[in-house]
Amino acid sequence: MISNLDYMTLQQLWWVICSIVGALFLFLTFVQGGQTLLWQVAKTDLEKSLVVTSLGRKWEMPFTTLVLFGGALFAAFPKFYSTSFGGAYWVWMLILFSFIIQAVSYEYRKKENNFLGSGVYELFMFINGSVGVLLIGTAVGTFYTGSNFTLDILNRVTWDYTFLGINLRGLEAAFSLFNLSLGIFLVFNARVLGSLYLLNSIDLSSTPDLEARLRKGTLINFLIALPFLLYVLVSVLLIKGFGVDASGTVSLVSYKYLLNLLAMPHLLVMLLLGIVLVLYGVILASFKGSDKGIWFSGLGTVLVGLVVLCLPAFNNTAFYPSKLDLQSSLTIYNASSSMYTLATMTYVAIGIPFVLAYVIYVWKLMDSKKLTKDEVINDESY
Amino acid sequence: MIDIDLTMVNWARAQFALTAMYHWIFVPLTLGLSFLCAFFESIYVKTGNKAWRSITKFWMTLFGINFAIGVATGIILEFQFGTNWSNYSWMVGDIFGAPLAIEGIFAFFLEATFFAVMFFGWNRVSKKFHLFSTWMVAVGSNLSAVWILVANGWMQNPVGMFFNPETARFEMENFAAVVFNPVAVSKFVHTSSSGFLLASLFVLTISCWYLIKGRHIEMAKKSIVVASVFGILSSSYVAFTGDESAYQVAQKQPMKLAAIEGLYKGESRAPIVAAGIINPKKQPGDNLNPFLVKVEIPWLLSIMANRSLDSFVPGIDDLVYGNKEQGIESVESKIVRGKTAINNLALFKQARKENNDQKADMALAEFNMTKQYIGYGYLDTPEEAVPPVALPYYAFHVMVALGSLFPILFALFLFYAYRGTLAEKKWLLPFGLISGLLGLIAQQAGWIVAEVGRQPWAIYKLLPVKVATTNLAASNVQITFFMFLIIFTLLLIAEIKIMLKQISIGPEEEN
Repeated sequence: MISNLDYMTLQQLWWVICSIVGALFLFLTFVQGGQTLLWQVAKTDLEKSLVVTSLGRKWEMPFTTLVLFGGALFAAFPKFYSTSFGGAYWVWMLILFSFIIQAVSYEYRKKENNFLGSGVYELFMFINGSVGVLLIGTAVGTFYTGSNFTLDILNRVTWDYTFLGINLRGLEAAFSLFNLSLGIFLVFNARVLGSLYLLNSIDLSSTPDLEARLRKGTLINFLIALPFLLYVLVSVLLIKGFGVDASGTVSLVSYKYLLNLLAMPHLLVMLLLGIVLVLYGVILASFKGSDKGIWFSGLGTVLVGLVVLCLPAFNNTAFYPSKLDLQSSLTIYNASSSMYTLATMTYVAIGIPFVLAYVIYVWKLMDSKKLTKDEVINDESY
Repeated sequence: MIDIDLTMVNWARAQFALTAMYHWIFVPLTLGLSFLCAFFESIYVKTGNKAWRSITKFWMTLFGINFAIGVATGIILEFQFGTNWSNYSWMVGDIFGAPLAIEGIFAFFLEATFFAVMFFGWNRVSKKFHLFSTWMVAVGSNLSAVWILVANGWMQNPVGMFFNPETARFEMENFAAVVFNPVAVSKFVHTSSSGFLLASLFVLTISCWYLIKGRHIEMAKKSIVVASVFGILSSSYVAFTGDESAYQVAQKQPMKLAAIEGLYKGESRAPIVAAGIINPKKQPGDNLNPFLVKVEIPWLLSIMANRSLDSFVPGIDDLVYGNKEQGIESVESKIVRGKTAINNLALFKQARKENNDQKADMALAEFNMTKQYIGYGYLDTPEEAVPPVALPYYAFHVMVALGSLFPILFALFLFYAYRGTLAEKKWLLPFGLISGLLGLIAQQAGWIVAEVGRQPWAIYKLLPVKVATTNLAASNVQITFFMFLIIFTLLLIAEIKIMLKQISIGPEEEN
């Protein structure tokens, strides 16, 4: 069956696969969001242990998904990988740095003789959850607002945006209100997801204050995230987008993303459904005393994430546009791997459902009982 | 023509070396210790003896501390191909990206998913499922090594691909050839077994410390027995696969072999240098003796390189300046052809841009005649094709010397453990105590041989390192170099301090 797929279908399929991985990463940022909540919701050592241990059992998931996202983009869209990572150098370096310091923090925070002190490891977690997620959001924002690069005839990237005589290499993305708003939305959405996950995973019967703070935090963080989300949505409907005509020429098109939504109504449905699900999860946690909110808000985040990544890529749109030279802009057709590689990778991707199945099975097995106070005191804990 | 900022190139190389060497402190331990934990736990599940549970948990704690920093230092390696080596990413991403993606899908998730069960599942899942999870972490860790070494093996011996002038990049045409590349296969078996070896030495080191201090004696003895058996098997395998690796290097990368042997003038029935001091003034093409002093074993290099006593092993001078008798073309001639290929590629691309099909076809025909030399076209002088000699030479000999020592060490430990007199052999225990450090040195030396010996190529013969970089001011890479140096060093200090404390605390329960 795969051998019958044409090149264009494979290119589209791989953008969808990469988008699914990216959208799952956004759901899994509940770990990052939870990290930023630590100092706010956990006031005692026991509460801290419960929060960190609960998140610590999942910290590798977003980390691994991010690595897979990078690997999949490298394999399927190498021109994007080389242009964005090599061009927007500082954005990606700072994102990576925030994940490096996160990776050791759970394991080392409570260990004796840990050299830097537990406060520093908690700070590392906070930086990862705030700066890391914010920069990921601004980087994704450039899919809509464009970046400052040109490609030469051999596809070598030149990045050109100077501020006070310094080439910012991607950091200028944070100067765009749109990019920044998307980043801030993701940070606070991650905090909403973090609260919902902790409500679901911890037995809060012995720590009612923690539960109250988490429920309150869910609503407050959602209310903070909301205006940024609305700003991003309204802007997407109104701004010019980077359209590609039949000859491959890129030009600015008014209301391009609105037109894309109308041309792809399934994305519009997914977007609206996603927002409603996120809201429903928040309502469940804040007003209904439920601990199931994470599943609704999580699924909602996945749907919104999918739309955010697919909207600027399909319907003859350049997903990584260049503001300096429109014709250097990347589309899923000019940035992809060869047909042979995409087809080979598609055979490999048949294994993904199997991987997802055992991840879900083990997740359910491990989370069938909530994390208790006794467990963090007597058993392995972070 | 491409402008090359050599300062940036060298900082990018330094950064890759820094991050790879830090990463490789922790990864081989993960590869081996994961299996040792699985062995210890299997014995516990089989016997029901809680002492083995305690042993498993103790080594698992050390495994976890090591694993976290291995993960932390690893993420930058994947993304560094994009940030510092973007031209490389574009030129070979069509081939090189696939193993990295497969590693993420199949190996990292296996590790990540079952790691949580391994550490937190003791009271949440059944005994057998816990054991299964421990084994899955070991399998996942080693599966990740498969794919990254497939990628590295391809850099050393690019197969299963062709250069597509339309896209001006290398593209994959045979995935099986990439995966079953003989260099990748020998690299994986050699590297993973060396990880098992290092983990066995690590267990030996800590167990010897307990025996010297007279603490946790039963746990230490039990650990030594398992580690020594694993160590003997893996060190034998390391020797066997090392021989195969050397053979592959001789066949696919003769310049690297010449460098690691300090061989300038090729010869038949070539001897191997068992030990020697390189003459620091020696340059390719001069008549100076390459060695100040050396001890040789006759014929062995010809046997190792070609599995034939009478075979000719080319030296650096033969490979650089050519050897008509042996049918070896000079680098100078390859550079001329390579520059022709690059010029014709540029003409082809320009003609395509101008929609001039006739001109494009002519340029393409010219290009096809010399395309296999395209990498050489980026070299300025023939001598640029020679890697540094002293560093890989000494690294290779240190690695081989240490590798020869370890099986003897394991055999002694196993023998005295069998006799029940291990704790009394005060002369032997200090050797065990320092063996982990020696193993670590051998590991680092191995990668120096592989990577420094590959210079000046990023992709052997196809893409020089200096053309593979990002168009980026050196100052950016200098700053990130020091960022990584500082954070990795801080984390390493933290890791060592935490590990020493855990070792000092020892296993929690014994009976």
